[in-house]
Amino acid sequence: MVGDPDMCLAIPGQVVELIDDKKAMVDYGGTRREANTIYVKPKLGDWVVVHAGFALQIMDEEDAKETLKLWDEALEAFDLHQRE
Amino acid sequence: MDFKLRDRNIAKKALDAIRSIGQDIMVMHVCGTHQDTLVRYGIEPMLKDVGVSIRQGPGCPVCVTTGREIEAAIELARNGKVIASFGDMVKVPGREETLASVRSSGGDVRIVYSPEDVVKMARDETDKEFVFLGIGFETTAPTTSALLLDDSIPENVSIMSYHRTVPPALEFIANAGEIKLDGLIEPGHVSMVIGEEPYRFLSDDFNIPQVIAGFEPLDLIMGCLEIAKQKAEGRGELINIYERVVKPEGNVAALNAMKETFVPIDIQWRGFPVIPGSGLGISREFQDKDSTRRFEDELEEVWNLDIPEPAGCRCGEVLRGLIEPMDCPLFGKGCAPNTPIGPCMVSREGSCNILHRWGRDPV
Ligand code: SF4
Repeated sequence: MVGDPDMCLAIPGQVVELIDDKKAMVDYGGTRREANTIYVKPKLGDWVVVHAGFALQIMDEEDAKETLKLWDEALEAFDLHQRE
Repeated sequence: MDFKLRDRNIAKKALDAIRSIGQDIMVMHVCGTHQDTLVRYGIEPMLKDVGVSIRQGPGCPVCVTTGREIEAAIELARNGKVIASFGDMVKVPGREETLASVRSSGGDVRIVYSPEDVVKMARDETDKEFVFLGIGFETTAPTTSALLLDDSIPENVSIMSYHRTVPPALEFIANAGEIKLDGLIEPGHVSMVIGEEPYRFLSDDFNIPQVIAGFEPLDLIMGCLEIAKQKAEGRGELINIYERVVKPEGNVAALNAMKETFVPIDIQWRGFPVIPGSGLGISREFQDKDSTRRFEDELEEVWNLDIPEPAGCRCGEVLRGLIEPMDCPLFGKGCAPNTPIGPCMVSREGSCNILHRWGRDPV
């Protein structure tokens, strides 16, 4: 998948090495590839979304967990509301 | 990374919630990856079952590129330029041929992963003229901007910008009123670049519920729940449920690079007429790297060609959200990923291709 030259089908990868201020090595579940980092400044260990060789956003894992918790609660509330 | 965004319990609860709202709605999204998730995990039929029809619309960059644009690239390949392109593009027909068929008859057409690959090739082969085809929405446009802004790129590289932007196309669809547009799921990756603001007018002016969503099954189901809720309450608001990646302001550095290198131009999309301000032309300051100017004379005739759609192909209607791939009589009967007739079957981001790939056997 990683070598697949698709434009929109990006998968997140983890930064395993900061090469210089414009390059980082990104690991996609075992496959590694250099990513250009002129548009975001990831730290070591960050998850990044990469398109056409450029890292374009850093993924916030805490935010993801938070989202899931909120959804769960919202649906729980919805469920109760429906039963009333 | 496990976000548990495939949690079946939550998914089931959300689907039940949509059902209990009891709306019969039509939702459009504009992203191949969204479509992939919807079909691959069998979400689309689940949503249909609770009253939500969801269609991809023009969310496939290769599909919306016009035959004329492809023919221009073919013309340059025939004239001895090296054409560097992302994968699927080379298999879409122009007037008669594809870039791939030009390659088999001796043309130099190369598939690249990143605009940066072109720079490397051009440095090694200084006797050749390289043309990079810039294709994609706001997600890939900044990567082309980087190429334009790089002073060190070799003289023998120029760029053909076929980039397009999403919000003007959505405005066109909202204005055209061809389909009942009850809600929009906005593309997560485009949004991580442009942020939230560029979509807001669609809610303010057209009262359309909009959700910026990620690519897991739950992202999409929750997005549809939000739209159903708003619809039931007569609201049309923009909500971002992909905050783990999409910041309200987007990626400012990438947006600045785009602003510096591109100007909005009126451009035709396959299946659509010219959509005002929906293209990204290379700005005057960088015109020496603009292939359309560098090869102006060679391309003059191509721009005036009228290139018909492949016979029987209804890709244009698929892109406008008017029909589903199954409604095309050629789907699976003559048109398949290995023998594609139209671009919606060629591109891995096209609705026809995605349905054919996963449709019969969702995971
Ligand atoms: S199935 Fe093939 S012929 Fe039919 S609309 Fe899709 S791409 Fe065109």
